Amino acid sequence: MTPAPAITLSGSASIDGAPLFAPLTLRLAAAQWTCLLGGSGVGKSTVLRLIAGLETGAEFSGTITASDGSPVVARVAYMAQDDLLLPWASVAQNVALGARLRGEQVDPARLEDLLRRVRLSDHAAKRPAELSGGQRQRVALARTLMEDKPVVLLDEPFSALDARTRADMQELAAELLAGRTVLLVTHDPAEAARLGHSIRVMTAVGLTAVAPPTEQMPRAVDDAATLECQAALLRMLREGGQ
Amino acid sequence: MTRWLPALAATLFALAVWQAVVSLTDLPRFILPGPVLVAETWWQNRWLIAEHTVVTALEVLIGLACGAVLGVATALQLASSRIARVLVQPMLVFTQALPVFALAPILTLWLGYGLWSKVAMAVLIIYFPITAAFFDGLMRTPVGYLDLARTMQASPRAVLWHIRVPAALPQLASGLRLAAVYAPIGAVIGEWVGASKGLGYLMLLANGRAKTDLMFAAMLTLGVLSVLLHLAMRRATRRMAGER
Repeated sequence: MTPAPAITLSGSASIDGAPLFAPLTLRLAAAQWTCLLGGSGVGKSTVLRLIAGLETGAEFSGTITASDGSPVVARVAYMAQDDLLLPWASVAQNVALGARLRGEQVDPARLEDLLRRVRLSDHAAKRPAELSGGQRQRVALARTLMEDKPVVLLDEPFSALDARTRADMQELAAELLAGRTVLLVTHDPAEAARLGHSIRVMTAVGLTAVAPPTEQMPRAVDDAATLECQAALLRMLREGGQ
Repeated sequence: MTRWLPALAATLFALAVWQAVVSLTDLPRFILPGPVLVAETWWQNRWLIAEHTVVTALEVLIGLACGAVLGVATALQLASSRIARVLVQPMLVFTQALPVFALAPILTLWLGYGLWSKVAMAVLIIYFPITAAFFDGLMRTPVGYLDLARTMQASPRAVLWHIRVPAALPQLASGLRLAAVYAPIGAVIGEWVGASKGLGYLMLLANGRAKTDLMFAAMLTLGVLSVLLHLAMRRATRRMAGER
C-alpha cells in the first residue's frame, strides 16, 4: 500500500438547480478516521460518492484533491451499508472480487490471512446466504481490505447491524483500517464519537467541526467523555434540523 | 409426490367428465371421440405416433438450442452496446407486433419442406422471449454491485461477465422455461404449413380424413412432449435460477 494521502473536497452540489449543499470544504487528514455525521438528505452520502467517483445524480462544482497530487479515484476502496456480496460466489471469491474484475492473480496467502483476521477462515467456501448479518459485513470488510487502498470510504457500513455486532464491527474495522485515510459517513452520533479522529457534523447550514474525545479510538462504548461527545453531537443534529 | 397427487386426481376427473359427456350424448366419434377410444387409437398407432414424435422433438430441440444461442447473444450485445440498443431494440419490438405465424409459408418456401423450416419457426417464436428476459435481467443489475465494481476499477467487459451475467441468470432461466413451452408450438405451425413428417403433419392428416381420434392422440402426445420438455428445462435451469 502506498502512504495514505490527505484528501480535500471543496465545492458545492445541486440537484436540478436546487442546492444540495452550500460551498464547503471537507479535509480528510492522512491516515486518520474522519466521521461525517448528519441526518438523512443533507448530502453526506453524496460527498462520499463524489470522492469515490460514483454517480450521484447531483451537479458538483469544485475540486477533490489528494495531498500528494495524484488522482484520488483509483486509490479508494468502498464499503456500503448493504454488504454487496455476490450471492452466487463463495466468501473467498467475494473477498477476491476486485482482483478477478481487474483480471489480476489472487494472492492465496493474502486472502487466507485476511479471512483469518476477520475470523472467517472456516467459512471461506460458504455462500453469503449461509452467513449471519455480522459475518456478511465482515466479508465485506475483508473485501475492502483485500483492495489494499490507502483511502477507504465507508458509507454507513454498520447501520444495519444489531447493537452488539455493530460495536464489535466498529472495533474490528478500527483495528484493521489503521494507517489508512478513512471517511466514515454515519447518522449515528455514538459511532462518530467512538471512531472519529476528527468529527464533522453536516447540516443544511454546512459543516461544523466537533472536537472528538481525547481517548484513543476506538473508544470504549461506556467511556464518559465519549458519551458526553455523543450527547453533544445528538444535540447539534437536532438543532441543525430545525 | 404429494404435489403430483392433486394434479393426477384433477386429470382423472376431467377424463371422466369427458367420457361421460361422450357416452351420454352419443356424439359421433368424428365429432368428439371419448378418452377410451383415443387411448385405444393411440395404442394401435403407437409406432406411427412415435415416428412422428421423434421428428417433432428433434425440430424442437434444435430450435431451442439455436434460439437460446441467438437470444443470449443478442441480449449480451444489446446490454453491452448503447448503439445496438438504439438501433436494434425498436426493430426487435416491432417484429413482435408481426404475426410470426404468417411467415411460416415463406419459411417453407425458403428452407423447403424438411426439418429446417420448422426449426426456423420454433426459433422465431422463442427468440424474443429469451432475448427479452435475459436482456431485462442484464439491465437490472443491482446498482450497488455496479458502484462496487466501479471503485474496483473494473472494465465494462469484466463487469458484464463477472457481475451482470451471473446476476441475470435467473431471468434467463425464466426465458428458457417459457421457450420450452413455446418451441413445440412453433414446430407444429411449421409442420401444418408444409411437411411430410411430424406430429403437426399427423394431426392435419388425421383431421382431413375425419380420424378425429388419431388427431386427439397426436395432440395429446404433443401436449405430453411439451410438458416433459418444460419439466426437463426446469430441472436443467434450477441452479441458474438460484433454486436449491
